[in-house]
Amino acid sequence: MRRRATLAVVVGGLALLGTAAAGAFPADVASQAAAPDVLKTKYQRPSAIPFPSDNGYTKEREALGRMLFFDPRLSGSNFISCASCHNPAFSWGDALPRAIGHGMKELGRRSPTILNAAWSETLFWDGRARSLEEQALGPVKSPGEMNQDLEQLIYKLGRIPGYVQLFRVAYPGEGLTIPNVAKAIATFERTVVSGIAPFDQWIAGNETAISAQAKWGFLLFNTKARCAVCHQGWNFTDGSFHDIGLPTTDPGRGELLPKLVRMKHAFKTPTLRNVDRRGPYMHDGSVKTLAEVVEVYDVGGVPRESRSLEIKRLGLTAEEKDALVAFMKTLTSADAPIALPELPR
Amino acid sequence: MKGLVTVRRSIATVSLVIAATAAAGAGEIRVAQKEKSFSIKEVSVKVNDAILFVNEDSVTHNVYSVSKGMEFEIRTQQPGQSDTIKFAREGEAEVQCAIHPKMKLRVTVKP
Repeated sequence: MRRRATLAVVVGGLALLGTAAAGAFPADVASQAAAPDVLKTKYQRPSAIPFPSDNGYTKEREALGRMLFFDPRLSGSNFISCASCHNPAFSWGDALPRAIGHGMKELGRRSPTILNAAWSETLFWDGRARSLEEQALGPVKSPGEMNQDLEQLIYKLGRIPGYVQLFRVAYPGEGLTIPNVAKAIATFERTVVSGIAPFDQWIAGNETAISAQAKWGFLLFNTKARCAVCHQGWNFTDGSFHDIGLPTTDPGRGELLPKLVRMKHAFKTPTLRNVDRRGPYMHDGSVKTLAEVVEVYDVGGVPRESRSLEIKRLGLTAEEKDALVAFMKTLTSADAPIALPELPR
Repeated sequence: MKGLVTVRRSIATVSLVIAATAAAGAGEIRVAQKEKSFSIKEVSVKVNDAILFVNEDSVTHNVYSVSKGMEFEIRTQQPGQSDTIKFAREGEAEVQCAIHPKMKLRVTVKP
């Protein structure tokens, strides 16, 4: 039954798109306003943040993790914090094409947002970490990023009494250890969740929350434009890896799985939450605007053996491209400003 | 790879998939890939048994394992395609889809 219902949605959506492509948009767009209810059920927000059983949530862990996240003393230079690249003022990115690391050197990839990282099966653009706990210390110890020796970090934090006490309370019987630095940061990161956006209000039943053009864009997103093949569900990613045909020499996930042809130049599908605030786009920041992103997918990129079979020429009209961008702009939440923690000295 | 597992490909239409399923006799277990999940999460087989992996999804999959001694890779499977993997050695294989890492299957091969 469910399969049949889904099929009906797609067919219905394409019929509506056909009407619009014939020139009826935008005058006739009101008739397209009611996106099929079945499709909307796939975009319900989750009710709770998932925390792993071996690093359960406590307020103390979140508070400690927040301090560590914003503390530049986690770097060898004492000048770079996690928040230098994952800046809440830029929706937890840095608004740069490629990240800047130790010694002001530019790195090869763009800083990904940490929004909704709690739901990520793998971390980093190439998915080399399987948990936030595994990921959190990667950039800290990387010579090109924060360049902080971890043993030295424990020595450094151990000389700050405030931290020693906070670790004792957050991780009783264990205290300040390298794994607990990672666990505390991971706990804080899991609490960074994109807020209610106009799109969510629409999904919840407020028909006036987004424009008719954006609703049409949502239908396109799920049908002709094929975006939802990977940017699926409330977080707009299924965590999958694809070579989308960008002209890049970066091996991406192919470095981890060199025998798998399709993993060459493959990168993780990012969330689209708050996406209009998070340009430039792609793993290398090579695309400046959302309109240009849509153009990239419309053409389908460089044909090569590794390119994902989900990438196809789309043949979108100018109006359809505009509708897709209008839709993506409804994914941005008006979140309250983040209060910076006072750090122990 | 290394003669431990063998891969047999059948480019299948939907009807052929059904035929292959019907043909799957003793010693061959059928695992479907649907809605970006494996139809089962764990399976126990005997040495020289085979698993028939069937892509029932609307998207491409790439099943593989890098578990030591149990390595295999099914090249990209488009919707409707199916492949048979024969397990020739005792051990445990963590099977995943390279494209969709949330898809996981643990295969235990017993003597």
